[in-house]
Amino acid sequence: MSITGAELFVKALKEENVDKIFAYPGGNITDILNALYKQNDIELILPRHEQALSHAADGYARSTGKVGVCLVTSGPGATNLVTGIATANFDSVPMVCFTGQVPTHLIGNDAFQEVDIVGITRHICKYAVTVRKRSDLASIIKKAFFIARNGKPGVVLVDIPKDIQMEFGDRHYPESIEIRSYKPNTSVHIGQIKKAVDILKKAKKPVFLIGGGVNIAHANEEMKKLAEKSNVPVITTIMGKGAIPTNHELFVGNIGIHGSFASNSAISEADVLFSIGTRFNDRITGKISEFAKNATIIHVDIDPASISRNIVVDIPIVADAKVSIQAITEKIDRLNTDDWLKQIKEWKEKYPLKMKSEGLTPQKIIETINRKFDNLIVTTDVGQNQLWTTQYIELDENKQLITSGGLGTMGFGFPSAIGAKLGNPDKTVISISGDGGVQMNIQELATAVAYELPVILCIFNNGYLGNVRQLQEFFSKGHYSCVCLKYDRNCDCTVAKNVPKAGCAKKPYSPDFVKLAESYGAKGIRVINEEDIEKAFDEAAKNTKTPTIIEFMIEREEDVLPMVLLGNPLNEMIIEK
Amino acid sequence: MLKKRCISLYVENEVGVLAKISGLFSGKSYNLDSLTVGTTEDSTISRMTICLTSDDQTFEQIKKQLNRSVEVIKVVDFTETQIHMKELMFIKIWDCSKNDKTDIFRIAQVYDLKVIDYDMSSFIIECTKSEEENNSIIKILNKNYPNRIEVVRGGNVAIEALKI
Repeated sequence: MSITGAELFVKALKEENVDKIFAYPGGNITDILNALYKQNDIELILPRHEQALSHAADGYARSTGKVGVCLVTSGPGATNLVTGIATANFDSVPMVCFTGQVPTHLIGNDAFQEVDIVGITRHICKYAVTVRKRSDLASIIKKAFFIARNGKPGVVLVDIPKDIQMEFGDRHYPESIEIRSYKPNTSVHIGQIKKAVDILKKAKKPVFLIGGGVNIAHANEEMKKLAEKSNVPVITTIMGKGAIPTNHELFVGNIGIHGSFASNSAISEADVLFSIGTRFNDRITGKISEFAKNATIIHVDIDPASISRNIVVDIPIVADAKVSIQAITEKIDRLNTDDWLKQIKEWKEKYPLKMKSEGLTPQKIIETINRKFDNLIVTTDVGQNQLWTTQYIELDENKQLITSGGLGTMGFGFPSAIGAKLGNPDKTVISISGDGGVQMNIQELATAVAYELPVILCIFNNGYLGNVRQLQEFFSKGHYSCVCLKYDRNCDCTVAKNVPKAGCAKKPYSPDFVKLAESYGAKGIRVINEEDIEKAFDEAAKNTKTPTIIEFMIEREEDVLPMVLLGNPLNEMIIEK
Repeated sequence: MLKKRCISLYVENEVGVLAKISGLFSGKSYNLDSLTVGTTEDSTISRMTICLTSDDQTFEQIKKQLNRSVEVIKVVDFTETQIHMKELMFIKIWDCSKNDKTDIFRIAQVYDLKVIDYDMSSFIIECTKSEEENNSIIKILNKNYPNRIEVVRGGNVAIEALKI
C-alpha cells in the first residue's frame, strides 16, 4: 500500500526515535502537520519565532544528546532558521531542519514564499538538499540523520516541496545507509597514540587542553580517569568546561582572552600541550606566535581540517575524543608533575578569578547558583553575561553548561534553555542573559508559559550592551557608541543603579522586565541588593509551573576581567582596572 | 611556498555541488585559477580539475576542506604527479587584410594551431595546449592584431599519466 510523502516523513522520524519536533506552521508544510496530527508518538513544540525554534532544538540536542529536529515552512520560515543553523553547526550540534518548499513545478518561479534555502544555507551547514523526487524522500531523510549524528556532528537541512509531501509512493524506510562520499573515521591510529604518549611521559610541564569535542563525545568520565591516572592538569576552553569537574584538584581553569591567569600562564610555560577537541580559535590563542611556544603540541580532533590550521601541530591524531582518550589512558602511567602542579597552584593563589567584594556582582549571583542547585543545566546568552558565567560556574557530572561558543549568537540563551528543559524536565534549568540579548528572543516567555516550563531566566541588567561597551572603554577611549539600552537613548540621564538624574525621565529603563514577565503569565522578581539574591532563587525554585524572570540590577560599568588585549600574548593579562 | 597547484576532485553528480565547491573557495578566501567540471564514465560521478596558486599551509587546508565536504568522494593532488593537462581555447580574429591572412596561416603552422572556420576577413582558431602556451599565443596575437581578437578559454583538464 502506498502512502503520501508526509506520512512517510512521520514514519521516518519515528524510526529515527524522534520524540519532539520544534515546529512553526506555514502553507508549505500543512500536509506534514496534518500527518503529525494523527499520531501520539511525536510531540510538536510551537515556539513563537523560527530563530528561537532553532535555538530550542539546539538546546534540546545539546542537553539530551539526541538529534534536534526543526520543521518550518518555506520562505521566511526557512530564512528565520539561518542564525540558528549557523549557531548549531558552528558548535557541532546534531540537528536536522526540515523546510517546506513551493511545489517543484513552481521552483524558480519566484512563487509566493519561495526562497532558495539550500543555496542560502549551503555554507553554514554540514549538508543541505532539496528532495526532487518522492522516491528519494526516504533515503534522503535516512542520510540526513546519519550525517547529522556521525563524524563531527552538525546541521543537515532537508527542503521538501509541497507536491512531494502530497505524492503517494513507497512506504519503505531503510534501516541503514551507505554514503560513498561520507565515511567518518571511527577508529584511532595506535601508532600516533603511542608517539603522543611517549612524548607525554617525558614531559615535565604537561597540560591537557580540552575543547568542546570532549563534551560532545560524552567522554567526561573517561577524561577524568585519564587526568587522574596521568596526574596531568586540565585546562578547558569555554566549550570544554565541565570536561572534568571544576572542583577537581587537577582542574586549572579556562584558557583564553578572559581565561584565568593560572591557565594562560600554564599554557605559555608548558613543555607538552596535549589538546583534545579544540580548534585553537583566535579567542583562546592570543598572539599566535607566542602561543605555547615552548611546547610540543599533540592535537586530537575528529575533523582533519581543524588540525594544523591555526597553530602548527607536532603530533596530529584524527579520531573521536572518547576513543582516543580511552586509548591514551590504557598506555599512560602516572607522571611526576608535583613541582609543576605546585607552580600552577601558586599562580592560582596569586591571581584568583574574583570581582570586587562589595555590591550585587555577577560573581555573587553565579556563586549562589553554584551553592543552591546540584542537578542543573545553565544556558547563557552572549556577551559579558556569558563570560562571567563561563568564569564562575561550577560544573560536574550533574551540571551542564550550554553556550554559543563559535558563532556567539545573542538571543540564544533563553530559547536554548526552553529546549533543555523540555529534554530534562527533572533538572533545574537556568538561563543567564543580559538586558540586550534577552530582548532578541523575549517572546519565548509565551512558549515557556504555554508548556509550563519553570525555567529561571536571570537577566543581568546594566542598561548597556556591556561587552561592546567594555571594548569601547579599552579600545575606543570610552566613546560609548551605539551601546546604551536606557529609556533615554544617549544614557546621559542615568547614573549607577538606575537612579535617574534630577530633571531626567522618571523611567530609568525599558522595558520593565518584572511587568513584562507578569504580562506573559510568568513570575517577575527584581533584585537590587546582594542580600536578596538567595531569596530570589528560593522564590523562583518554588514557582514550578511557570518561568521566573529574576532581573539583577548590576553595576553599570562592570568589566569582564582578567583580559588579554588584542594582539598580546596569553600571559600578559589585565588583572584589575 | 607560493606556487601553482592542481587538484582532481571526484564529486557526486548532484544539483548544487559546483556551487558548494566554488563557494568554499570564495567563502574562505582561497585563490582559484580555474575550475572545470564534467561527468565521468559513471554518470553519477562528476570530476573537477581545479587549478590554484597558494602556499603549502593553505593548500593543505584547502584539501582538507574539500575532503570534509559531504559531496566530495575523493581529492587527488596532482601537483607533484605526472599528468597530462590541456586547456581548450578558441580565438576569433577579424578585419584581416590579405597579409594578415597569410601571417595567420603561418602562425597556425608554427604553433600547431587549427584554423577551424574563416570567411572573407575573419578567422576562428582552435588551440588545445597547456595554459602557459595558451597565454603566449594570446600575447602574440594580441600584439599582432590589437583590439581585433576575441578569446574564450575552457580551463584546465587533467588526467594522470600512465606509469612506465
